[in-house]
Order: sequence, then C-alpha cells, then structure tokens
Amino acid sequence: MSLATRTSGIAGSPPRAIKMAKRRQPPAVAARSTGRKFALGAASIVVFICSVFPVYWMLNTSFKPNADVISPVPQFWPQNFTLRNYVAVMFEPARPDRANFPSALMMSLGVTLTTLVICLVFAFLGALAVSRFKFKGRRQFVIALLIVQMIPGEAMMFTIFGMIDAWHLIGTMIGLTIVYLAGVLPFTIWTLRGFVAGVPADLEEAAMIDGCTRAQAFWKITFPLLAPGLVSTGVFAFIQAWNEFLMALIIMQGPGSYTLPIWLRAFQQATGATNWAAIMAGSTLIAIPVVIFFLIVQGRMTGGLVSGAVKG
Amino acid sequence: MTATLNPPGDTRRPEPDAPATSEKARRRGALYPWMLLAPAALVLLVMTGYPLIRMLINSFQKYGKAQIFGAPPEWVALSNYTKALTDPAFWAVAGRSFGLMAVLVVCTMVLGMGIAIMMTKLNRFFRLLVSIGLLLAWAMPPLSATVVWGWIVDTKYGLLNWTLNQITGTDNFTDHSWLMDPASFFAVLVVIITWQSVPFVAFVMYAALTQVPDEVLEAAQLDGAGGYKRFFLIVMPYIRSILLVTVVLQMIWDLRVFTQVYTLQSLGGISDQTDVFGTYIFHLGTSNLGAAGAVSFIMVVMMLVISIYYVRKTVKDEEI
Repeated sequence: MSLATRTSGIAGSPPRAIKMAKRRQPPAVAARSTGRKFALGAASIVVFICSVFPVYWMLNTSFKPNADVISPVPQFWPQNFTLRNYVAVMFEPARPDRANFPSALMMSLGVTLTTLVICLVFAFLGALAVSRFKFKGRRQFVIALLIVQMIPGEAMMFTIFGMIDAWHLIGTMIGLTIVYLAGVLPFTIWTLRGFVAGVPADLEEAAMIDGCTRAQAFWKITFPLLAPGLVSTGVFAFIQAWNEFLMALIIMQGPGSYTLPIWLRAFQQATGATNWAAIMAGSTLIAIPVVIFFLIVQGRMTGGLVSGAVKG
Repeated sequence: MTATLNPPGDTRRPEPDAPATSEKARRRGALYPWMLLAPAALVLLVMTGYPLIRMLINSFQKYGKAQIFGAPPEWVALSNYTKALTDPAFWAVAGRSFGLMAVLVVCTMVLGMGIAIMMTKLNRFFRLLVSIGLLLAWAMPPLSATVVWGWIVDTKYGLLNWTLNQITGTDNFTDHSWLMDPASFFAVLVVIITWQSVPFVAFVMYAALTQVPDEVLEAAQLDGAGGYKRFFLIVMPYIRSILLVTVVLQMIWDLRVFTQVYTLQSLGGISDQTDVFGTYIFHLGTSNLGAAGAVSFIMVVMMLVISIYYVRKTVKDEEI
C-alpha cells in the first residue's frame, strides 16, 4: 500500500503491473497480509529485545560508576561512561582472603586449554577407532559413550571429590583437568566420529597403496581434512570447561585455585550488593570468550542433531 | 573368536597388514582399535565407571560422625534408600525437580517452537535480528546469566521492582524480595532457564522446519489444506522425531540443573524450600555421604530411564 502511493507520487500514475496486481487481489487479503507482516515484524522485535535486554543490562551496568548504579531511578544508558569497573576487577590487588582476577584467569585458561588439547588427542584416536575399524565391542563402546553422556555429574560429585582427594589433587589444575576431561570426552568422541566418517576411507586406502603405513595415511590424509571438525568440537569442549561451575566449586578450594566462575561467585559474596557495577564487569569478562566462540560454531551446534533425526 | 573379529562380510576396509590369514597378524590387527581407544576408555573407566560404582557402594553404607574420624563405614543394606524414600524432604525435592522440569519443558518448547515457526515466515533482516538475539542469550555462561538476572530482580536497586512501581503507579514493589518466597524464586528461575534454553529449541526446530520439502506443502495447499491442516498433517510428521529428541534432551538438562539454582540460593533463596536434586545432593553430601549416594543413585536411574528414547533413537539413526 505505502509502496504504491509513493511510486504514484513520483511517477504520476502507478505502473500498470502494480495496478493490475492490486486489482486482482481481494482487498481483505491485502489488508490481512499487511497486518500479518506488521505483526511478524513486531513479534521479532519483541523476541530480539527479550533475548538481548539482560545482556544489554549487564553491559550498561558495567560501564556506570557505582553511584549511578544504585540511583533510585535506573539509567537506561551509562550517562557517566567509565571503564573503572573493568580496571578495578582486573587489577584489584590480591588479598589473602580473596581470589584475584589474573590468577583465576590463568587457572581457567590452564584448565580449559589443557582439557581441550588432551581431549582432542584422545577423542581423535577414539574417533578413528570407532569409525575406521570394525571390531568386537565397537557398537557397545559407542552406546556406552551415549549413555555415559546422560549420567549426571551432579550425582557423582562426592565420589569424584573423594578420588581427587585421595590422589592429593584437590585445588590443583591437574585434578580439575582430569574431571573435565572425563566430562567432555564422550561428547567429543561422538562428534568427531561423525567428522571422521565424513572423510572417505578410500583416500586413506589410496595413500596406503602408494606406500604409506596406516598411521601415516591417517596423519597425512585424514587429519588435515578433519581440521574444521577439530575446531568446532574443540570449541564445544572449551565452552564446557570454561563455564563449568559445580566441580570447580568443590574441587578448587582456596582463593589461590579458583577458576573464573568460582572467582565471580566469591567476588560477589565478598562485595555483596554494594558493587553491582564491578560484578557486571566480571560477568562480562567471563562471557566474552564464550560469545566469540559461540559465533564460530553456532551453525554446527544444531545441524548435527537435525540431520540425524529428521530423516527418521 | 578371531573369525568374529574380522567378519567375512567386512570388505570395506581390508587390513593392509593381514593379507594372508596369518593368525598372529590378524590378532594384532584386532588390537589396533583398542590401542587407539585405550586413553579415552581409561579416562572414562577411572573417572566415570569407578565413581559410579563407588557411589553405589557408598549408598549401602553409613557415613556418620564416627566415619569422619576415620572409622570404616558400616554396611547398612538398604537403609539409606528406605530413609531417603520415607523422608518428606526427599519427596519435596523430587516434586520440585519434576514440577520445575515440566514447567521448563513446556515453556521452552512452546516458545522455541513458536519462534521457529515465526522465523520461517520472516524476511532476511528480521530473521537475522532474531538469530542474533537468540544467539546472545544462548551464549551467556549460565553463571553470568544468573548473576545478571539476580541483579535485575535485586531487592533494593533491581530494575524489575522499579518497573513494576512505574507500571502500577505505586511503591508496592519497593524493596520487594523476589528470592525469599519459594514461589517467586521458582518464577525467576523459570525465566532465567527458559531465556537460555529457548534459543537451542528455536534453532533446532527452525532447521528441522526448513527440511520439510516445499513441493509437498504446495501440493497439499493445491489440494485445499489450510494452514493448520498443513502444519499438523504434513509438517508435524516430518519433524516429530526431532521434536521428541529435543523434548527428551530438555527434560534431562532441566532435571540436572544446578548452577542457576545454587547461585540464586546464594543471592537470597532459602535452600530448604528451593532445593532440587542437584543442590539437595550437594547439601546432603556435606553431612551424610551414604544418604547422598542413595539419592544420587536414584537420580542416575531416573536420568537413564528418561534418556532411553534418546539413546535408542540415536543408535538407530546413526546405524551404529
């Protein structure tokens, strides 16, 4: 409707085609489809605002001086923009009773990256085994992987704690890494298995005919073709380990061994409701890497599930 | 036995090092996959298999004060289970966990499905807008998300109380505490978790909806099927299995929720009245490992029962 009037305003009279099209369409349908378009647009904006608003509110709060944060009337954008909260959170001098951000960041990075590397190596080998070999117990192993994924770590927290304690690894990077490794391995093997199956075995056989050993064929042919699979499964493992809260809570005792989520919780408890601006800055810092990595792999996160299930 | 290791039908990948039927070479060939699997299998046996068995053993033992000071745990047969199952606190926790799960699954599926259908009708711009919003909510670490929502519903300076005061034109909501009362505690919890899990459902269902062939839909339209008929008679059968898998996954994830409940409790909830399975085991285990073991085992069994459908469906689809 609005398009037609604007065109007519410019060109004097509406082009014949538009006139014809308009005449052919019953007026009720035209009105209904315009109304529907408007409703759809409005609904998408509502969905967008509902999804984004808490994230915006976190950022907004994190850039305000604390005095503005606790003003009786909320400010919907930072009027006195400041980065002080970030500086305070990151470089606040360590106190004996409180974890500081750099040490928690190092711990989180250490645990996450170590988990990631070991997990990818173990999962790559495991995925090769289940997708390139036929052997007795293969099917059982893969089903076991699926079932293990469904066993809640929440239920086993105390026996796992007991083991880590018996090994004298409480509060250590190694202790938490072992726990995370077991947590992310089943999913990683399962996902990588799909990627390995996607690389034709013929390529390896051709290489072996040309004189490669089986191991060389895997390494030279299959491995490079798996790069995208390794990246996206690696990102999953990273996000899992980076976000994990419960096991870090019970295993990483003492401020010196906190990971970022545990640091944030301790930070919040220590400052209470007095420093929401800094707490929001801390939450933002933890979220940044995850958001970036999510953007990299978001297509794959749903694609795998759908391609498997829709055909059935 | 070696014959079954290399079934005669397996001509896809001939073993390069076992061209002849040398018994030794064949056995070595059968070992390769297990050598590759060994590191992963070892980690899973030690870190999942053993704790699971250990937990089962704990659940038949008594851990009390004496055990803290080094006495060996006593065998008490099923006493931890009968105690757990006759404890009203356990049933309160179970009721809360399942109630929360049911509400979450319904909210998440209805909203997610609605948004997915909406996305199929949007133009590029609006679809991108919706996707970006969903992606941001999805990507937030659960702890950050809970802390942010905790700030929004904060008693003194929270945006929610201020907004409600503005809307109602009163100051009824000044210093209103949302987390003290279990009912509103769970309402806040439902909002947080739904906010974070709708994106997954929306993206998965959107992807599933786009797989429904257009020709079939057009044919149905020509035959005079209206929108609702087309949806329930054509689209639904196509997406039914992915819908079921998504529901099962949501059920499992919603039953094992821990971070959000625990964090909200520390922001002002009363744990006795708001515990779900995860936090209940957490609070129970600090005083009584045996009882925690029994509840944990019950939880594991429930999870496995729920996940049977998912596992069977996956095994069938992937032709394992």
